[in-house]
Amino acid sequence: MIAKAKHQRLVLILVAVAAMIGATLLAMSALSQQAAYFYAPDDIRRDKPEIGKAIRLGGMVQKGSIKRAADGVTIGFVVTDGLATTPVRFRGITPDLFKEDSGVVAEGRLDASGTFVADNLLAKHDERYMPPQMAGKMHKTETLEK
Amino acid sequence: MIAEAGLAALWLAAALAVLQLMLGVLGLTGGRDALLPAIRPVAVVQGVLTALSFALLIWLFLDSDMSVKLVAANSHSAKPWLYKFAGTWGNHEGSMLLWVTILGMAGAAVAILERRVAERTLAATLAAQAFIGIGFFAFLLFSSNPFERLIPAAADGQGLNPLLQDPGLAFHPPTLYIGYVGMSVAFSFAVGALVMRDVGADFARAMRPWVLISWIFLTLGITAGSYWAYYELGWGGWWFWDPVENASLMPWLAATALLHSVTVLATRDGLRAWTVMLAVIAFSMSMIGTFLVRSGILTSVHAFAVDPERGSFILALLAIYIGGAMALFAIRISTVKEGSQFEAVSREGALVANNLLLSAILGIVFVGTLYPLGVEAVTGEKLSVGPPYFNSAAGPLALLLVVVMAMGPVMRWRRDRLKPVVQRLALPVLLTAVALLAVVLLAPGIGILPFLGIVLAIGVGAASVAPLWKRNLRRTPLFTYGMVIAHLGIAVALAGMACESAFNKETLVAARIGDTARVGPFSVKLKDITPIAGPNWTALEATLEVTRGSGTPFILKPQARMFSNPPTETTEAALKVQLDGQLYLVLGQADDQGRWQLRLWWKPFVTFIWAGGIMVALGGFLALIGRLRREAKTWRREAIA
Repeated sequence: MIAKAKHQRLVLILVAVAAMIGATLLAMSALSQQAAYFYAPDDIRRDKPEIGKAIRLGGMVQKGSIKRAADGVTIGFVVTDGLATTPVRFRGITPDLFKEDSGVVAEGRLDASGTFVADNLLAKHDERYMPPQMAGKMHKTETLEK
Repeated sequence: MIAEAGLAALWLAAALAVLQLMLGVLGLTGGRDALLPAIRPVAVVQGVLTALSFALLIWLFLDSDMSVKLVAANSHSAKPWLYKFAGTWGNHEGSMLLWVTILGMAGAAVAILERRVAERTLAATLAAQAFIGIGFFAFLLFSSNPFERLIPAAADGQGLNPLLQDPGLAFHPPTLYIGYVGMSVAFSFAVGALVMRDVGADFARAMRPWVLISWIFLTLGITAGSYWAYYELGWGGWWFWDPVENASLMPWLAATALLHSVTVLATRDGLRAWTVMLAVIAFSMSMIGTFLVRSGILTSVHAFAVDPERGSFILALLAIYIGGAMALFAIRISTVKEGSQFEAVSREGALVANNLLLSAILGIVFVGTLYPLGVEAVTGEKLSVGPPYFNSAAGPLALLLVVVMAMGPVMRWRRDRLKPVVQRLALPVLLTAVALLAVVLLAPGIGILPFLGIVLAIGVGAASVAPLWKRNLRRTPLFTYGMVIAHLGIAVALAGMACESAFNKETLVAARIGDTARVGPFSVKLKDITPIAGPNWTALEATLEVTRGSGTPFILKPQARMFSNPPTETTEAALKVQLDGQLYLVLGQADDQGRWQLRLWWKPFVTFIWAGGIMVALGGFLALIGRLRREAKTWRREAIA
């Protein structure tokens, strides 16, 4: 039972503060395990992430690197940032804007052989809208002023 | 001419907002009460002018006036008229004008309709509303002018992002904006009450309809956005914990908490300071939502333009409004007297638990959404926080919350005991136990969260109708029905979410014409692939013959579309709703051996998610009507007396 009369507001404040601190601690501990860092192929070469940890890989799809496996639904390709390359394997339907010489962000993890196994591929949404993560790595957007 | 008229209307409305603020400030200080009656008409005219300005922008889009920069950049003369119309807010400037228009019209509605609070409190409320408006008028006029001319005029426009060319665009942004802006009205009431030292039950009753309206529209907007993303993206998911989705979820969580605490304040005159603080937080969340989506710091289809100047402008507005609100709260909160008392086990106690859990979930979503931005700003390192974090951190709290939701409505105000509460819920508790046993026996090995989700959905669904138990159903007030339906909607949506994640079946194949694939209880045969053409796109369309068990076959036709302006491809999934779920078929690319990728999903009970969302909104609507009718009745009685 909550203590009588005039301390009720104080008790409520304390409960609220305790709940907020609890939520923040819960959030921070979950974050330290679950946050997926963004890597370029060169980052992976210099500082290899733990095998099996969820990360994101970003860069350009290397020209001529897209290979389709015999089952028709698995593809392999190479992501490059101009400095290093990482091979990627993906099972699924590639996004509409996924193509060679174009930007891509892959969500997934490295396997023991150094291949990046992607669960999900994100391509830029359309020709004019550029993800900030790829800014500078891709050709300039066409604007009306030009 | 029309563009100039629209800009003039916008400038005039901005000037009136300044006047409205000055009338409020001057009228409330130094005994110049004579100024106060002028504030209502000013607010009304300001609302009319913003609406006029927005109507003129719609006209320009419908007319495909390519001498206006915004139209040339975002529209195309060959576009169907619906997307010309909805395309008005399918871009940064137009969507900000929609924001301001809803804000202006909400201010006008307060000025016309509000009769409960004292004249001085209302003046302070409208002044606060004008203060919010001024920032957004400045933002539009100085850095996002929607009426800017293009000289020379373009031959034709660049077209609208094809992902946005969907009937959802006509519905989803305006509903969410009404929700966001509704929170600003609730906030203005809180400011008015704080400034006038008028925080009490009357203030809560005046604010409640606005909180309800805002919450109903946020619910609808989130539900519609979720379904839109589900069928348009072709990924088969209904919630991605994308920052843009979180931007709409956070105000909803705060609004849900506020909705429940304002009820305590209106009914029992308790939780005064807490309710005011929630109003401040809910408004802050809708501002942060606008900032996240409109500043271009996030990568998504919602980020129309990456323009650092605009981002800084919105960030400055955010700092002024939230900082100002928090400061006012800190200065004035000591003048808010403590409300009436209650025991821990009581309806109020359950509502406090509801508020704390919602706030904790809000905190978790907030941290997960902003942490990547914070880390990048400080260390330059890029990272993303995805579903594993949100599900594991917020999921258990959400399940706890639905348990509280089941108990709260059958508890008495002020004081109650746990034993009778459990007795009142005997049947739901029994059902929960039966469901637990059934799921363990029939579907062993499903994840812990989906498992608890299914079991609790059944128990909580039964408990949510318990408040109607043994009552005269004809004399039960409409707002009680509203609560029951909204709570039932939560249980229905929870059942859909849990079933979808527990029993989802997926097949990915490369099929030749004539091949058959299986997914769940269905067999899917690829009959043919044909090219077809729409008004501004061409497509490849698969003809799929689907059979469930030994039933009659039916045809589904997923498409891969190619748009010409701008050149983009989109996936049009084919959906078939069954009583117990939804079949979801996507056509992928062809390979060099003449095989086509097909992605097939069978999603048991997935439609319950959105049906539940609509029930929640419907419940809110009934509660709103019920409250307004009850108040009208009270006024009539008072008028007679």
